[in-house]
Amino acid sequence: MEKKSFKAWLYLLPAILFLGFFLVYPLIDVFIYSFEEGYNSASQTYYGIGWYNYSYVLHDPYFLQAIKNTFLLVIITVPLSTLLALLISAALSSIKPLRRAFQTIYFLPYVTNTLAVGLVFMILFKKTPYTDGLINLMLAWFGAGPVDFIDGPYWAKMFVLCFYTIWVVMPFKILILTGALASVDQSYYNAARVDGTSRFRIFMRITLPMISPMIFYLVITGFIGAFKAYSDAVALFGTNLNAAGMNTIVGYVYDMLYGEGGGYPSYASAAAILLFIIVLTITCINLLVSRRKVYYGKANN
Amino acid sequence: MEKQTTDYQKTIRAERQQGVLRNILVYVLLFLWAVIVLFPFYWMLLTSVKSYGSYNAEHTPSFFTLHPTLQNYQDAFTAVPLGRYLANTVFFTVVTTAAMLLVITLAAFAFARLKFTGKNLTFTLFLSLMMIPNELVIITNFVTITNLNMRNTFSGLILPSITSVFYIYLLKENFEQVPDELYRAAKVDGTSDLKYLLRVLMPICRPTLITVTILKVIECWNSYVWPRLITDDPNYYLVSNGIQEIRENGFGRENIPAMMAAVVVISAPLIVLFLVFRNKVMAGVSRGGIKG
Repeated sequence: MEKKSFKAWLYLLPAILFLGFFLVYPLIDVFIYSFEEGYNSASQTYYGIGWYNYSYVLHDPYFLQAIKNTFLLVIITVPLSTLLALLISAALSSIKPLRRAFQTIYFLPYVTNTLAVGLVFMILFKKTPYTDGLINLMLAWFGAGPVDFIDGPYWAKMFVLCFYTIWVVMPFKILILTGALASVDQSYYNAARVDGTSRFRIFMRITLPMISPMIFYLVITGFIGAFKAYSDAVALFGTNLNAAGMNTIVGYVYDMLYGEGGGYPSYASAAAILLFIIVLTITCINLLVSRRKVYYGKANN
Repeated sequence: MEKQTTDYQKTIRAERQQGVLRNILVYVLLFLWAVIVLFPFYWMLLTSVKSYGSYNAEHTPSFFTLHPTLQNYQDAFTAVPLGRYLANTVFFTVVTTAAMLLVITLAAFAFARLKFTGKNLTFTLFLSLMMIPNELVIITNFVTITNLNMRNTFSGLILPSITSVFYIYLLKENFEQVPDELYRAAKVDGTSDLKYLLRVLMPICRPTLITVTILKVIECWNSYVWPRLITDDPNYYLVSNGIQEIRENGFGRENIPAMMAAVVVISAPLIVLFLVFRNKVMAGVSRGGIKG
């Protein structure tokens, strides 16, 4: 028996080593870092223990800007992308011809490199001395003036960031929702149709409640994902996000760690933990709301 | 009686018209979204075959070109080290994925088939690790790798990217679906555990292994944050950092067509992979791929 146990642990050993070294130890260490004041990465020394790092981060205008950007991004993209995905999935499930082709096309953004395609979005939206870019050309058709979406006013930059973020997250949401719609028991629909219920009513009263767990799942993962936004912003505005005023919380963490103005793992740790607390709080609120709103089947599981 | 039938026919006709209208609306919506999704791809392909001169002469962007050129693709491989970035990424992807498969298969096998004390507790601990966000642990990993002098090395890039608790879980579930009788029969025949894993379990569970492989390949190919932190020597850049480098210091800011050629080259492999393994990718992602 002992020998058997030993053998099993041997099979687990590589996984345990990797997880311990690159996941468990860093998790503990990040909390320690966040409380070490004046940590110097060259000499690996620090002055004392306390809340200074948190206070520094919370008073840093760059961090406050990052918080503002991230919250705006979350509040705009999560509801919009979920609603749009719901609309498209419902449309998709109501047709037969071309459905497969549409599904394939809609999934493409998932497999593309965020940085590479972000560059295309930048070119579409950017206004240069040579050309106003394609989007501005389209705006001109409606008589709207050229706007520099990449280096211009804040709302314009936020618009592009939100647009690109939605473009990137839609494949996953459409995939999950079409799956959920396909799994709704057809007999409910037949029963409703016999009763002469209108399509809209069927959708609101049968479809939505039946797929509400999946919608809820998407809202939670959407919140978490949007709070961690970073590479989309880099793709559009370049690596120096603070200068562009478009940094996100995760971007702030990495900038503190490395690059110009980097080399402060303590500040980075404090910021990362603050982000984690925000995400945890929002997820808990979501869970509480869902208890009342989500239909989990008769057996309640 | 006659009046009734006409009324009935009227309702039917009205309903049919409504249906047609609704169908038209549905297709318009679907086409519209398809255009929004595809347009950036079209634009990158189009721009990548416009010549440098003609692109910069366009004050109003044109939607097609009559003189496509492959010059930009040549520039992408000669003026900037795109080939190097691609080779790095392929190497990184292959080694990381292979190492991950080895580690997770062994772990999943232990959890699914072997008996040992503390199994349930260990598995629960493993599952709880899934909740740790990458952003929290990346800071210490960065410091660790820096202190080990592994910046700008492939081991520094690869080692922290190897394990995934979620894939262990996915594979373990799949291994458990294989009937116990096969395991006992193999034991009676005197087959060793390792042989059973290689000869019986892995072939049976090949679909899941392929799914995990594809998901990991996508993840590796597109990874940006960790490579950016750990490499500042362009000789070790992966494609994501490569494209960022090309954008900021590459051809000179204005050579957009050449940049687009690089973007096409970087995007093409995964799109081909997806089109070939469409069903596997989509099934795999809906089981547990989260992006955004």
